[in-house]
Amino acid sequence: MAVEVTPEEKPKEENSLPLLRKEELLLNLGPQHPSTHGVLKVIVTLEGEKVVKSEPVLGFLHRGVEKLAESVTYNQFIPHTDRLDYVCAMYNNFAYVRAVEKLLDITVPWRTEYLRTIVAEVQRIIGHLFWLGTQALDIGAMTVFFFTFRDREDLLDLFTELCGARLTTSWYRVGGVERDFTQKFVDDLSKFLVTFDEKIDEYDTLLINNRIWLARTKNIAVISGEDAVAFGLSGPTLRGSGVDYDLRKVSPYGAYDHVEWTVPLGTKGDTYDRYWIRMEEMKESAKIIKQCLAQLPSGPFKADIPQVVAPPKEQVFTDMDSMIYQFKLYTQGFKAPKGDIYCGTEAHKGELGFYIVSQGEGKPYRLKIRAPSFVHMGAFDFMAKGYMIADIITIFGTYDIVMGECDR
Amino acid sequence: MGLTGKFEANYVTLKLDQAVNWARKGSLWPMVFGLACCAIEMIAAVASRYDMDRFGAGIFRGSPRQSDLLIVSGTVCRRMAPVIRKVYDQMPEPRYVIAMGSCATSGNFYDTYSVVQGVDRFVPVDIYVPGCPPTPEALLEGLMQLQKQIMKKKVFVKRDEITESTLKDSA
Amino acid sequence: MKPFRIPEGMENGENHVLAQKICRCFPEAYLGATLFRGDLSVHIQREEIVSICRLLRDDADLDFDYPVHITSVDYMGEAERFEVVYEFFSIREKRQIRLKTRVPEDDCCIDSVTGIWQGANYLEREVYDMMGIRFTNHPDLQRILLPDDYDEGYPLRKNFPMQGRGWRDSFDFPH
Repeated sequence: MAVEVTPEEKPKEENSLPLLRKEELLLNLGPQHPSTHGVLKVIVTLEGEKVVKSEPVLGFLHRGVEKLAESVTYNQFIPHTDRLDYVCAMYNNFAYVRAVEKLLDITVPWRTEYLRTIVAEVQRIIGHLFWLGTQALDIGAMTVFFFTFRDREDLLDLFTELCGARLTTSWYRVGGVERDFTQKFVDDLSKFLVTFDEKIDEYDTLLINNRIWLARTKNIAVISGEDAVAFGLSGPTLRGSGVDYDLRKVSPYGAYDHVEWTVPLGTKGDTYDRYWIRMEEMKESAKIIKQCLAQLPSGPFKADIPQVVAPPKEQVFTDMDSMIYQFKLYTQGFKAPKGDIYCGTEAHKGELGFYIVSQGEGKPYRLKIRAPSFVHMGAFDFMAKGYMIADIITIFGTYDIVMGECDR
Repeated sequence: MGLTGKFEANYVTLKLDQAVNWARKGSLWPMVFGLACCAIEMIAAVASRYDMDRFGAGIFRGSPRQSDLLIVSGTVCRRMAPVIRKVYDQMPEPRYVIAMGSCATSGNFYDTYSVVQGVDRFVPVDIYVPGCPPTPEALLEGLMQLQKQIMKKKVFVKRDEITESTLKDSA
Repeated sequence: MKPFRIPEGMENGENHVLAQKICRCFPEAYLGATLFRGDLSVHIQREEIVSICRLLRDDADLDFDYPVHITSVDYMGEAERFEVVYEFFSIREKRQIRLKTRVPEDDCCIDSVTGIWQGANYLEREVYDMMGIRFTNHPDLQRILLPDDYDEGYPLRKNFPMQGRGWRDSFDFPH
């Protein structure tokens, strides 16, 4: 978009030298800008190159998902969650089905918990790889982008093997998952993990001694732990400030409390710390996946609750009851009890939560999505104040913002 | 053509139209304009494995004034519509539009108060790529279809042949 | 004012330590508490929302420092139509609390808690944009997801049609 320059006020002649002009610049960035990560607009007030005030203008991708949720059944909403944070669809599915399971008060078999944890962590690696590539691209290091996308493609191949889709996966189901792992999936994933640590070192060699990278991330967008908590930041953005808040540890779900792993914490709360945390998290994710694969229990991959989980196809064709359940499930959906729940899940951006109000019908009465990107944008003005105009791009990047989830 | 084979080696005979169209189709510069989910697949189409540059469309430009191809990749919300139209208006002729994915084609399942039901309501579209999101292969296929379409365009016409339709065609 | 009734299927949460604390400090604003799937919801009067929130954050035993979400539910047809829902988390104590308060349609406003948690700013703006509940003393209360000049109403209200009222198909630019 065009750059608008409006002189806020003319300098008063008696107080200032004739050559010294003090004007505030109003700069419009976006919604069409190569590095705003989608369709985000920011109106920045500048004093020279310094940011005085920045006002994000959201809503260019507002699709009305929360309104739409009130007209679809619980199962039909799963594909909508894919498109919230489209970089990280599996984790959105996970967060949503966990919320519905909490509402229905059902538990899933042990094997399902492990399958879910493995795929969720693969998705976390994909999300962080995508973030690293685009963040480095925005700052000007292009090679990293090609390296991370090379490895991301390998992992997306695994998703294609698992569910046939690359981005919009819809693999999680209420009460289970859509299908079990194939042997090829397990083999390919193990093969990938063997070399993954070396690959992280490879990215590090590109960045960790790169003077431009360090100059543009160290001491940029510093936020203290207290402020970060007051703003409701979450995920690596919060942990970069040293606050130990990871929902996988705070209220463990999946198989996270059955494996050994640590939560990396930053100290300074700057962009570099948040980068470092994401790199460490990728290593931790690899560790979690390896342990889960080793411990993977046998058993069913879906809960045996025919009112909620569709029975297997063979059974539907031979058994009358199963057929009725299947018919009712796909035409009316299951009825959830009256009540309201909130369930937060640690997605790779931060706490992704669903607040569901049920009136005892087959459709949610109200569904609110607590999207980390949206909450993070609330702190944008606070974090950008006083930094240079070029840092605005870095600060978008450091939140790992995705507009689909921010605007919903 | 009758002249084929009459000259020595290293000569090619073809219509001027074809020469111009061949040059145009081989250097389509797309606009960096990611809207939603499809943008991620568009980025993947440029990145390591798929490498859209092989088809001459790898140079993504940040300014509409330097680009020929607008890939509308994602849900078109009503609030974004004026921006898309402005970007389209700023692109120099000849310009092409690919509607990538179901959202840009028809609005997808977002039949809500804020989503435009297809980008073709306010921008003419040359190629529709189906999928939600289309894989990078599908986008490349759409690009190749566009190149085929470009090859059929008439660039040079005789003065007395100029009609409404030829004008439209050469644009 | 109707007396507070525990909805069917929910447990009474009045014995919960947090509910009792709020009841002790603000007896006239406290209406009741429910427990559902382990989540505590405390129902309060909207007039005291800021003082209760201040207590929740500043009291050393409570220490609810993390704003999780602020949202609203439209119960069309009921006397007090809108319900504003606040969810907070205490990172130190690792526990949640949900505050619920009703707002009638004809006086659709409630005090803002932006002064207590800075992050409430955007969350409240979203509630205003989607449901039309005004937050008094909010520093910058304007639409956030829809444009400022959007005049079709508030989309998440139950009487708002899914396809809107024609805005999405009307283009005011030349095309």
